Amino acid sequence: MNFTVTDLSLMLPEIFVLSMACIILIVDAYLPERLRDLTYQLSQGTLVGAAILTLGIQPESSTLLMSDLFISDAMSVVLKSFVYLIVFAVLLYSRAYLHNHKLFCGEYFVLVLMATLGMMVMISAHHLLTLYLGLELLSLSLYALVAIQRDSSQASEAAMKYFVLGALASGILLYGMSILYGLTGTLELSEIAKAIATGQIEPQLLSFALVFIIAGLAFKLGAVPFHMWLPDVYQGAPTAITLFIGSAPKLAAFAMVMRILSEALPDLHHDWQNMLIILAVLSIALGNIVAIAQTNIKRMLAYSTISHMGFLMLGLLVAKPDGYSAAMFYTIVYALMSMGGFAMLLLLSRAGFDAENLDDLKGLNTRSPWYAFIMMVIMLSMAGIPPFLGFWAKWAVLSQVVAHGFIWLAVLAVIFSVIGAFYYLRIVRLMYFEEPSDTAPLQVNTDMHLAVSVNGLAILALGILPQPLLQVCIQSIS
Amino acid sequence: MFAELPLLSLLIWLPIVGGAWVLLQGKNKDMATVRPVALFVAVITFLLSLFLYSGFDSSTAAMQFVEKHNWIAALNTYYHLGVDGISMPLIILTSFINVLVVLAGWEVIQKKPAQYMAAFLIMTGLMNGVFAALDAMLFYVLWEAMLVPMFIIIGVWGGPNRVYAAIKFFLYTLLGSVLMLIALLYMYNQSGSFGILDFHQLQMGMTAQTLIFLAFLVAFAVKVPMWPVHTWLPDAHVEAPTGGSVVLAAIMLKMGAYGFLRFSLPITPLASHQLAWMMVVLSLIAVVYIGFVALSQKDMKKLIAYSSIAHMGFVTLGFFIAFLIYDKTGQIGNGSVLGMEGAIVQMISHGFISGALFLCVGVLYDRVHSRQIYDYGGVANTMPLFAMFVVLFAMANSGLPGTSGFVGEFLVILGSFEAGFWIAFLAATTLIIGAAYSLWMVKRVLYGSIAEDKMETVGKLSDINGRETFILSTLAVMVLFFGIWPEPLLDVMHVTVANLLDHVHQAIQSAR
Repeated sequence: MNFTVTDLSLMLPEIFVLSMACIILIVDAYLPERLRDLTYQLSQGTLVGAAILTLGIQPESSTLLMSDLFISDAMSVVLKSFVYLIVFAVLLYSRAYLHNHKLFCGEYFVLVLMATLGMMVMISAHHLLTLYLGLELLSLSLYALVAIQRDSSQASEAAMKYFVLGALASGILLYGMSILYGLTGTLELSEIAKAIATGQIEPQLLSFALVFIIAGLAFKLGAVPFHMWLPDVYQGAPTAITLFIGSAPKLAAFAMVMRILSEALPDLHHDWQNMLIILAVLSIALGNIVAIAQTNIKRMLAYSTISHMGFLMLGLLVAKPDGYSAAMFYTIVYALMSMGGFAMLLLLSRAGFDAENLDDLKGLNTRSPWYAFIMMVIMLSMAGIPPFLGFWAKWAVLSQVVAHGFIWLAVLAVIFSVIGAFYYLRIVRLMYFEEPSDTAPLQVNTDMHLAVSVNGLAILALGILPQPLLQVCIQSIS
Repeated sequence: MFAELPLLSLLIWLPIVGGAWVLLQGKNKDMATVRPVALFVAVITFLLSLFLYSGFDSSTAAMQFVEKHNWIAALNTYYHLGVDGISMPLIILTSFINVLVVLAGWEVIQKKPAQYMAAFLIMTGLMNGVFAALDAMLFYVLWEAMLVPMFIIIGVWGGPNRVYAAIKFFLYTLLGSVLMLIALLYMYNQSGSFGILDFHQLQMGMTAQTLIFLAFLVAFAVKVPMWPVHTWLPDAHVEAPTGGSVVLAAIMLKMGAYGFLRFSLPITPLASHQLAWMMVVLSLIAVVYIGFVALSQKDMKKLIAYSSIAHMGFVTLGFFIAFLIYDKTGQIGNGSVLGMEGAIVQMISHGFISGALFLCVGVLYDRVHSRQIYDYGGVANTMPLFAMFVVLFAMANSGLPGTSGFVGEFLVILGSFEAGFWIAFLAATTLIIGAAYSLWMVKRVLYGSIAEDKMETVGKLSDINGRETFILSTLAVMVLFFGIWPEPLLDVMHVTVANLLDHVHQAIQSAR
């Protein structure tokens, strides 16, 4: 292995986040309780710094580093920037909640930064080993985060479930990777693609490896029938943690799927296309139908996530750059919406009270017309109603599906999304048509107020003019 | 001097921005400014819309007041607006009705007035956009976005069963329109553009046309609504506040009909030709069967709602008899032109009449808080001025000559004679059924003496005040004006209608 200065400079963001996470861990250990906010500020500073580094030293074309273990390309820059943005917002949204629930501790921030590092590694991986390392770094941090509320039995159960099933999924993925290694003799993504392109490998064995890999990926995405962990974890974890799990890691998961399927296994796309079709249809159908029966919003949003993952796969399965950029657009939009939705739940929570049942939203329009409006924007956007951003995400994906001849798939998807619209509308209904049952005044910090407002208005504004975000996604995949 | 102004953009964005501004006013505890500001925005929008009429060149079928800007380059969609003789009157109607709706909610709406006014203003902008859009994606976005304010209006200010009605309304129309989205995406892949006028030039095979026609049919038939997908309408109408019912009946229903003219007929002429019999049958069922259904209603709003469905049956009948006439005579008959123009006149006229009737029910409801016919009787004794207006609008609703209701129905019946005697016969029964349900309601509500047990309610009614008189008399003037002299309306649409029929017939001919 030979390092060059370029290698190091393009990896600076990762190095920076890692060092800062260690520094914060040490600094936090010596901080008196009243200065704990410094940890928060340092973490936010880390993210800003990483963003500056990432955007400041973009490669001109995609560059392989560290003996081809690591890639820096347009897609990685865009996805990482959004990861920083989302994690930044997550920390901001969670702050008051963590204080109120006595969870405001150094470990939280270090774990979030470690998870962020894991995501960055996944996004930039060009080697199955790097990919796996990033994934495990992310997953282990998330397991610990779910369990961070030690005396809550619900959270502990969720963490346990998450850990066991997550480890199983990692095992399955790893098994698929090892078969692939056995067949191709390499772990580097482009080398795998080359080996498969020679056509000298037994196709049945390749499909065998593919099945394990797809199952592992579907598990991480939360696609039906590998979705079982998702509702329990979303519901069981403290809302601030659910907010984190439900947003940024989806970007990393998308990157992982992209790297493996489009960079390592493009020649097998006929095989994985069919698998993705099944996963996508099941996810959209089951997610939307089961969500209707939920009374817990976190659980409802978990099922909604499952259906969104189905839509994301619709974009991936066309196996063309246009489809990939549509899926990427969908993922980013989804993360923005999910972040806003959970942020509203955090906003309605206070010390000793978690807003997580549908009834907690009753009459929000009377309590605060502005937040009701923001929540309505987010819910309608998730339902895919124009002129909100979520509509364009669905539109981008559907247009790719139609363009590649899967009209029946598009028809199924839209019909299920109408069914899904019902439970999003139910939230709008509760907020606008009912009288409030909880009349405690909302206490919202200025930074939270601003961030939630910007989040909601961005979904509306980008819904009216989606061109910039779409353009970014199209340009980053070519 | 107004030629340089982006008139259509103003008509869309002025009410939306005005509505947003009104919404922000709602934060202040002092609501005094909300209503005047809303009215001001509505009136300015209406006055601006009149410039569409004065600047309109009725000698061409080309789109006018065209604006075209890049919107989303990545998706090849444009912010493309324009009007022809079909959409221009509808935009003016929309802006006009909006003024009346704002006035009608003046004192009546005490709960969250800022949100109420804002919802109507924003909806008006969106509806103007639907009629002006020449890019299919822009059309679709506005078409769906419009559901949101209506959903809120029904759900927040509606009657006892409003939640059910609001959700039914939303899901019904959403389900209808998503299939249209797929059809639009398919056509984009065929033509490489989202321009509606480019879609008109598409040459597609019979199967593709049929599927697309059916996808459009689901979207537009729900909106019109045609039998048998009309069931959302009675619920929505009955539960919506007066203003909501007026906008639903006067404008939203017209969007479905407009969709047939802008999309179904010119884009899928072969399929329209093939399935014209089905459309005619469905329209006749709406006219006759729904007419009888209206006759048996006990709730005044429900009665008018069913009457709306029956009248919209006339509109779809007028569109599709053209194909039957073509089959019979082999050319664009005079009847086709009469039918189509009659249908468009009917759209406008029904906008005035149904709006007026809903406002009349609203007047009674505000005083007695009941919509049931049996809670009234002898209202003419206490509200003579009001009774005069109700009788006029009921007469117009049943198609009395001299009112605008007559013009449209008469033209459509005249046209359908060319398509076949029995079609015309069945269509003409509406003159009897329509008169029966309209006048019977008038008789039961207005006339007779006031019963003993209603002395406390009906006996103490106060006649309409200046605001209500103003609203109803404006509508009365419009109804009479277009009834006596429909030329101004017919003039602007002659060329557009002729061009549309010509386009359709050429497509059928070249396919032979």
